[in-house]
Amino acid sequence: MLDVSKIRSQFPILSRKVNGQNLVYFDNGATTQKPQIVIDAESKYYANQNSNVHRGVHFLSGLATDKFEESRSTIQNFIGAKHKHEIIFTKGTTDSINLVASGFKTFLNKGDEIIISEQEHHSNIVPWQICCEQSGSNLKVIPILDNGEMDMDFFYNLLSENTKLVAVSHISNALGTINNVEKIIEKSHSVGAKVLIDGAQAASHISLNMQKLDADFYCFSAHKMFGPTGVGILYGKEDILNALPPYQSGGEMIKEVSFSGTTYADLPHKFEAGTPNISGVVAFKSAIDFISNLEVNKIAKYEEELLQYATSELLKIEGIRIYGTSKKKSAIISFNLEGLHPYDIGMIVDKMGIAIRTGHHCAQPIMERFNIPGTVRISLAVYNTKEEIDLCINAIKKAKIMLS
Amino acid sequence: MHTINEIQKEIIEDFAMFEDWIQKYEYLIDLGRELAPIDQKYKISENLIKGCQSRVWLHAEYAEGKIIYTADSDAIMTKGIVAILINVLSGQNPSEIATAKLDFINEIGLKEQLSPTRANGLVSMIKQMKLYAIAFSKQQ
Repeated sequence: MLDVSKIRSQFPILSRKVNGQNLVYFDNGATTQKPQIVIDAESKYYANQNSNVHRGVHFLSGLATDKFEESRSTIQNFIGAKHKHEIIFTKGTTDSINLVASGFKTFLNKGDEIIISEQEHHSNIVPWQICCEQSGSNLKVIPILDNGEMDMDFFYNLLSENTKLVAVSHISNALGTINNVEKIIEKSHSVGAKVLIDGAQAASHISLNMQKLDADFYCFSAHKMFGPTGVGILYGKEDILNALPPYQSGGEMIKEVSFSGTTYADLPHKFEAGTPNISGVVAFKSAIDFISNLEVNKIAKYEEELLQYATSELLKIEGIRIYGTSKKKSAIISFNLEGLHPYDIGMIVDKMGIAIRTGHHCAQPIMERFNIPGTVRISLAVYNTKEEIDLCINAIKKAKIMLS
Repeated sequence: MHTINEIQKEIIEDFAMFEDWIQKYEYLIDLGRELAPIDQKYKISENLIKGCQSRVWLHAEYAEGKIIYTADSDAIMTKGIVAILINVLSGQNPSEIATAKLDFINEIGLKEQLSPTRANGLVSMIKQMKLYAIAFSKQQ
């Protein structure tokens, strides 16, 4: 059992007031709050360790480099990657996907196909549209069913020898669906296609093992897992990362530079041009330590309990419709109240200190699929409680009365 | 007909009577409900002011030296704020609209509604109302 009040006490922001009320933070799908150890790690880095990495011979440069690389090892262990150099630091999930899309287009020919799903966040749609446009390949889309799951039969029919890449989310940010990525990877590999998983919503909620999962690429962001903003991870299998051309160029990513030609550095540095977000990367390790101490499986179990409670309480509100009702769901609940605009609900509950997201959640195709302008979204994290869910439900009921 | 500044003053006085946000929001909701409907033929995508979350349709007509605005929104709170803007600007002459300083927005505590993070299209709405005014003032 997790000691949630002890967990909460580690997040200073959770004790602040918003509009005179205790903050109820239910927008974890957008970003999570940060525990004191992450905040401390970032300031400790600047107070005590700051220097540029992989460059100087002096003491601090060595220290900063050690801390930076320690973080890489921690992440390697956390996601069960085979090699440390398969962990590339980026700015975030979006940056990771762009890195792959930018390089992957050089592997593609006219008539080749990339498959994504209707469920994707814009950041796992637009890079592939551009990739296809520039390479003359075609983008295919797996539709979603009414319950928010991907239409797997449709997917199997889409797969062919023309399929070169399948890029799908592990968990839908708008609906909470946990996708059967194991099956998607297996089937994609059977036609020789590579697979990229957008794990932004999954990385602190589902236990990961890259060697078991066998994804070719896996992307996630530190800030959605209690870490700093501006740090992301691209995991890629060694041989594919070696084959992939560099994304950005400059310092750090080179081996030798001359005007007759430049040779690139080995992994992971080939993809880490310029001075990285060192303090963020260093503090990310503390976030991973925080998660590991709690254990991902225990977090998942507690979040499941919160999800069940919130769902059953929400369903008691007359006129509610929940979007995304698949059996395997993460603690994300998207809903609308009949006749009410999500924006109005969000505005009113905000005044009661409740932070929830309203809108299309950067996943407009899903909203189009359900023919709605947007939804109200509650996304829960390990520091949330049933009491907070009660406060949120009461606020929603109050909004409903005001708006009806 | 009151001037833009006179109407703004009245609105500020109205809002000063509210004791808390609930009363303020309920008033906005009422204003939204009471907003004169836009002619359906103007509820087209060309008249749509795109905000991130709620949609606003705005139509402007110029007659006898005055601009008449009509509008609608799919969110009732947005519609309430739209109603206030129409109350202030509709029926005024183009040059006054174009140069109007809308101080009341800060005074009644709606500034947060207009910040870009709210992304409700109201900044664009004011801009569009003024653009109509500038265009019509050239016809004067």
